[in-house]
Amino acid sequence: MSGSKPMKKTPQKSTGLHQGEARPGVPKVDPILVADHVSRKFGGLVAVDVEHLEIPRGAITALIGPNGAGKTTLFNLLTGFDKPDTGSWSFSGENLAGIPAHKVAEMGQVRTFQLTKALGLLTVLENMKLGAKDQTGESLFQSIFPFLWKKQEAEIEERALEILERFKLLKLKDDFAASLSGGQRKLLEMARALMTNPTLVMLDEPMAGVNPALTESLLEHILDLKTEGMTVLFVEHDMHMVRHIADWVVVMAEGRIIAEGPPEDVMKDEAVVDAYLGSHQDVDLGVVTGRITLPKGEK
Amino acid sequence: MDIVSILNNTAQALFSPVTIAFAMAALGLAIHFGFVGLLNFGIAGFMAVGAYGYAISTLTFGFPWWAAFLAAMAASAVFAVILGIPTLQLRGDYLAIVTIAAAEIVRLLLLSTTWIETTGSADGLVAYANDFRSINPFPDGTYGFGPWSYTANQFWVLIFALIILALSTLLLWRLVKSPWGRVIKGIREDEDAVRALGKNVFAYKMQALVVGGIVAGLGGALYVLPSSANPMLFATSLTFFVWTALLLGGAATVFGPLLGAVIFWVLQAFLGSLLPAMAEAGLLGALSSAQAGALRFVLVGLLLVIIVILRPQGIVGDKRELTFVRK
Amino acid sequence: MAEEKNVVVNVDNLVAGYLPGVNILNGCNLIAREGELIGIIGPNGAGKSTLLKAIFGQSKVREGAVYLNGENITGLKADKLVERGVGYVPQNNNVFPSLTIEENLQMGVYQKPDKYDKGLELVTSLFPELGARLKQRAGSLSGGERQMVAMGRALMMNPSVLLLDEPSAGLSPVRQDEAFLRVSDINKAGVTTIMVEQNARRCLQICDRGYVLDQGKDAVTGSGRDLLNDPKVIELYLGSLGA
Repeated sequence: MSGSKPMKKTPQKSTGLHQGEARPGVPKVDPILVADHVSRKFGGLVAVDVEHLEIPRGAITALIGPNGAGKTTLFNLLTGFDKPDTGSWSFSGENLAGIPAHKVAEMGQVRTFQLTKALGLLTVLENMKLGAKDQTGESLFQSIFPFLWKKQEAEIEERALEILERFKLLKLKDDFAASLSGGQRKLLEMARALMTNPTLVMLDEPMAGVNPALTESLLEHILDLKTEGMTVLFVEHDMHMVRHIADWVVVMAEGRIIAEGPPEDVMKDEAVVDAYLGSHQDVDLGVVTGRITLPKGEK
Repeated sequence: MDIVSILNNTAQALFSPVTIAFAMAALGLAIHFGFVGLLNFGIAGFMAVGAYGYAISTLTFGFPWWAAFLAAMAASAVFAVILGIPTLQLRGDYLAIVTIAAAEIVRLLLLSTTWIETTGSADGLVAYANDFRSINPFPDGTYGFGPWSYTANQFWVLIFALIILALSTLLLWRLVKSPWGRVIKGIREDEDAVRALGKNVFAYKMQALVVGGIVAGLGGALYVLPSSANPMLFATSLTFFVWTALLLGGAATVFGPLLGAVIFWVLQAFLGSLLPAMAEAGLLGALSSAQAGALRFVLVGLLLVIIVILRPQGIVGDKRELTFVRK
Repeated sequence: MAEEKNVVVNVDNLVAGYLPGVNILNGCNLIAREGELIGIIGPNGAGKSTLLKAIFGQSKVREGAVYLNGENITGLKADKLVERGVGYVPQNNNVFPSLTIEENLQMGVYQKPDKYDKGLELVTSLFPELGARLKQRAGSLSGGERQMVAMGRALMMNPSVLLLDEPSAGLSPVRQDEAFLRVSDINKAGVTTIMVEQNARRCLQICDRGYVLDQGKDAVTGSGRDLLNDPKVIELYLGSLGA
């Protein structure tokens, strides 16, 4: 069991991402995703009601907010896994509204799921190979003739092994994904997403259920995505993680965006503290519950 | 009891065109259910479409034998597409119900007297194998030995069926081991995960439905090739026999359905001879030999239940591979 | 000191697992004394949930034993344990979504319906927000609210021991804090509490004693404060970000 090592470098935060004052819906200098008037109702309940949202290219944006705020629903809408009631959005200039989920993924926008979808009945390596795009062998007629796809398969395998090595999953390559621990499965899902050569990576609670010591290595992987030129949008509850790596934070509550801005600013916003962070954010609960008393002068 | 005769009947079932046709149907169903997870409870319908596709193209349209087989395959493919378009987007349970209905619709249409000239209605169709027989390379005579003695025509049907089975098995084996097969395996477990990787899940499911359907349709054509085509053959009970054979052998494997089909038919033949003989010898109490013959279906049903409960992965299946096995 | 109090739950060298031949717990030990709040933390796959399930008779115990107030309860079915005053709050699927909050709470006293009124009093005093919306369908509640209902239901029988499987899982920071404060309140009311948690930092801040599970064994144990400040525990399990 590898322990946590201190982070290799303090992340370089991207600044100057927005134009004008930081407020919900503020335009970005170089947006990769622009959404307008996106709404989704379930029965009478408004799940999402976003006036305007721009995601900056090449940066790491965190989407935070209480449960039921609409974060996962928004994810599902933007990636084609759900149909909005109203709204339009574009990805690198291309209109995405109405495009089915698999086409969105093909265009370079890949997502992971809150409940990890590592395909348990496939091996780790098979999971990885599945992620590669434009495989000749996946076409029905061509699949019957191995000589047509053997070479490409070898190339794909090479790439897969490289990425697995990076994620420290290489030793497990022939194990069924079902036998991996929860944290390892999260890593596998992320590694597999990289096989699609994405431009925008959308991670839905990548830290959920992951041992705190493993969190740091996951964070490093996410930072690597940015270094390699990808844009990252992630949903999370772990504020330490958000503070550490996010360049930009978007806060949702009750389906709407209530705040936007760099992490430190957003986390001080009163509305955000009330709805989401709680006033005990940096306080030891042992003190709050009266279980311990600290020497005078300490908080 | 005539043990020899019972054993003879049982042994014959090992190398019978009926067994082979059955294996084809089980193979097709393996693609549908074992590999993609599609609950097809209308496999008898695919077999009927294939069988009548062959017979009708020969009798009504005068197709040569090879064109008639192609027509059987095309008809099965069309049937698969018609079934698939409305149902593949819905949950598996819906496909199950729709396929039962579809198979029954096919059977009833064939039974109806409206097109009696083409379909033969309840009397069925006969004498469509002449062109097929005309290309028989084996001269007249008896082939084989012991319980496996065939006339030239019977032998030709058997060899032909074996060739088709071998080709189909090879094809499916290739498919399953290819990247296409990998996508299918992923879809069986979690469609959304596969969609999120950019694969058109609907297209893959449809392809599997068509491929499996064609194989099952060919099985139907082979089923009726030696004798006659009749709507009675394609009742819902046939579907459940194919399911039993599939689950017995191993649903998510390529060789499982073959093994299951052989064991199933051999068992059927054995019980079909043994039980009436036992009844006649007074060993089954008051049961008449006719009733004893029917008893074998009861036992088959029991076998299906036992397999599903005790060993759902079948004989050659791997328990880990099956998503429908609950721990 | 704590040593003088009775041992309520005693897990002795437990070996348990789900799949044949695969053990998740490999000789795990745990002691909970009367009125204590015990925290169980550790990496994924270490066996935290399995330990709780083994105590509650939900996973196969292959070796070792579990004692409740001196009685060997290893392998006893859940209903027998509820009778003996053990309450269990699973991590997922812990409310009946089609039933109202009130009905969910009623399910809690299924074995002894006459305990309903007292139980309701206790639960609504601990969770006033539930008392205000008894007729609301549990399925329409948010994650944090469902947690409350699940805890409330386990408390309806006024258990002497409460087992909680990751009560803060999936909740936003403010709701997580609320959940931990609630668990602390329940424990202060006299319920011996054993909680499994992913949020190790918060868990150790409120518990009396903690166990760090690793590879199916209790690797480190000590008071909550000691573990929180133990550099080895920080390095291996807490991570330095959370400090």
